[in-house]
Amino acid sequence: MCLAIPGKIVELFPGTPHLATVEVAGVRRKVDLGLLEDNLPISGDWVLIHVGFAMSKISEQDALDQMQTLMILGEDEQAMQEVRGYGLDDADDQKVS
Amino acid sequence: MASLKPDAAPGKAPAKVRFRDPQIEMAHGAGGIASRRLIEGLFAPLLLGSANEPLGDSARVEIAGAQVAITADCFVVKPLRFPGGSIGELAINGTVNDLAVSGARPQSIVATFILEAGLATEVLEAEVRAMAQAARQAGVTVAGGDTKVVEHGKADGMYITTTGVGSFLSGVHINPRSVRPGDKVLLSGPIGDHGITILLARGELDLEADLCSDTRSVFPLVEAMAIAAGPGIRWMRDPTRGGVATSLNELARDCGLGLHLNEDKIPVRDSVRGACELLGLDPLHIANEGQFLAVVAPEYADLALNALCQADGGAEAVMIGEVHQQPAGSVLITTEYGGSRIIDMLVGDPLPRIC
Amino acid sequence: MKFVDEFRDPEVITRTAEEIRRLADPNRHYRLMEVCGGHTHAIYRFGLKDILPPNIELIHGPGCPVCVLPMGRIDDGLSLAQDPDVIFSAFGDMMRVPGTQGSPLEHKARGMDVRIVYSPSDALKLAKANPDKHVMFFAIGFETTAPSSALTLMRAKAEGIRNFSLFCNHVTIIPAIRAILDSPDMRLDAFIGPGHVSTVIGCRPYEWIAKDEHKPIAVSGFEPLDLLQSIVMLLRQLKAGEAKVENQYKRVVPWEGNRAALRAMAEVFELRPYFEWRGLGFISQSALRIRDSYAEWDSEQRFSIAGVRVTDPKAAQCGEVLKGVLKPAQCKLFGRECTPEHPVGALMVSSEGSCAAYYNYEHRKAMATSLAWPA
Repeated sequence: MCLAIPGKIVELFPGTPHLATVEVAGVRRKVDLGLLEDNLPISGDWVLIHVGFAMSKISEQDALDQMQTLMILGEDEQAMQEVRGYGLDDADDQKVS
Repeated sequence: MASLKPDAAPGKAPAKVRFRDPQIEMAHGAGGIASRRLIEGLFAPLLLGSANEPLGDSARVEIAGAQVAITADCFVVKPLRFPGGSIGELAINGTVNDLAVSGARPQSIVATFILEAGLATEVLEAEVRAMAQAARQAGVTVAGGDTKVVEHGKADGMYITTTGVGSFLSGVHINPRSVRPGDKVLLSGPIGDHGITILLARGELDLEADLCSDTRSVFPLVEAMAIAAGPGIRWMRDPTRGGVATSLNELARDCGLGLHLNEDKIPVRDSVRGACELLGLDPLHIANEGQFLAVVAPEYADLALNALCQADGGAEAVMIGEVHQQPAGSVLITTEYGGSRIIDMLVGDPLPRIC
Repeated sequence: MKFVDEFRDPEVITRTAEEIRRLADPNRHYRLMEVCGGHTHAIYRFGLKDILPPNIELIHGPGCPVCVLPMGRIDDGLSLAQDPDVIFSAFGDMMRVPGTQGSPLEHKARGMDVRIVYSPSDALKLAKANPDKHVMFFAIGFETTAPSSALTLMRAKAEGIRNFSLFCNHVTIIPAIRAILDSPDMRLDAFIGPGHVSTVIGCRPYEWIAKDEHKPIAVSGFEPLDLLQSIVMLLRQLKAGEAKVENQYKRVVPWEGNRAALRAMAEVFELRPYFEWRGLGFISQSALRIRDSYAEWDSEQRFSIAGVRVTDPKAAQCGEVLKGVLKPAQCKLFGRECTPEHPVGALMVSSEGSCAAYYNYEHRKAMATSLAWPA
């Protein structure tokens, strides 16, 4: 299930707070923000869109953190191999909550 | 679209129909597997006698010693007008392109119209003007036509059929059976523009984008390529309904070889990509009206590609893959990191999905 | 495309795949189940199996809401729309799913007013635009989609739109996972958790999988790097003998879920005592129905439905394939009577169904004799 795509809020409508225009690579569609009413996004925020509804706000920080974790994947390992030789345990890596 | 080359000897026993679907569905017109089954299972056996020649975009007929290319196409599109074009332009360019990718210079077109009673004259006039303009741009004459009117509620406004004739370019011999492992696959430009434009123009999905149909005559590009690399051109096709995936699958089946594509080489405009990601569609299955595919012998491939890139409107041409022995009869697409999947023809029209 | 392209970076993918190869114990065969049909689709679409070592097996789970829908429910929905004043609306995913009298598209060919919609709110708009007709929306999906249905009904009620109803086939994911784990034929090491369902229900509902069943679960996004990172997480847990819930999809999934979405669902829906899942049989408390307070917008309460049970052909082994016990190619009908063009079971008709995915992407690769794969 669950085709959902990140899109950027590009337009809000003061008269209807639950409606917004979202843009995905130049394609625009109105989406319903009702499921985010506890923490409404503002223009410029990125949200996850599924069947015309915004499901969640996307955290840019978490995305960056994830990419960083992935980038150093293997680098740590290689460095440790050089120093200590093969056959070591995984004592590294951040625990994800 | 698919043309039937007359090769049956006169006096042959009547052919059997192998098409067993009880009724015609929309899928039979979508250009995918069902369409092919209808053509190969009903039209070809009854009209040709035996479809043992691969079906091409145009037919080759001999008239008084001269070889002539002839093709026909029907145009059914809703809405009639859309960003970048209209049914009138499609009707000219579609047939022009079928001739072009058969290696023929398009020369003349006749057009028939089925008009719905109640159609506003200004709508019809706009389409006829569009056709005249498209014909001028494509360098073809419109030699005549016919008109019928049907009751209100039929024909979606209007249906147009065009039949085109042309003369084969010398030195160009298109035959899928001449394709060999090592041949290169070329694509003239970004895919999916037309189909997504139409989908958005229908208004049912409430999406907006700055997109327009890519409808145009590809003959100038074909000609440029033929001049530079004619002897090396094995096969061409314009990927209309069913998209690049369908055209290449047809080739793979006709030549029995494996077509390998590199996903990162396939050009797709951002908004086409965005719409496809949103709707769960694959650009490879989406219709194009101004692009073509070519398979070229390796020693001619760079010449062909350069000629395309230098030609007007060919700047985005690109080499997207090559021919291998395996997987036989299939099309395989590989990502930069080595992940691969088989691309098949669709059953019917591409449908948006939420899962 | 932002938040998409980064997670498809070929270089990082290659390195993550290398890390997976380093982590995977060559003497061990790993069986990881991705629950969600969207993950199945992603795995095939991105060709991820090609870059995983051969001792990591990905088993496709039952998280395909189209696949688990019994044929009888499709018949019921279509029978409601036989009335010429009714417009049948549904997502594109439903359009080719066969009922006993044909699929919605085939019904459309025979004159029924059938419309594809991208959103339940579009179906509601259809109702507003066609006051003389009744618009019925055939709702499917897990907890990802149910809140949108709920909110749409809340809006319909608030705006007093009476010519609209929803035929509710929403199902819930936890009972499906339980059914898998309870199945005697099933041997799994860990789970790749459904990322988008989790944006609604959060990560807590999976804790019993780790605590009681001792299986690691990583709630995963849908891009190649998401899936690969989830596999890294699972391999590390397995190596360390751990079993816990990890949130790989942190940029989108809140640990506590989406309260507003859960509120909307609670407002409009309640659990059915039991519901039949195609291939899995009757499962209690596994599906949603519309509350009495929204009866007017419930197709089942407004109209009478036959509720006929349609059993699948005996030869079709959808159930075993759904549970991951059989591979699609092992079903006797696969590729013969059952193809994407003529699907016998829904696993073949839905683009994320195991059988369709396998047929479209894999089986001809498997049939090819000599293929040079990258290392």
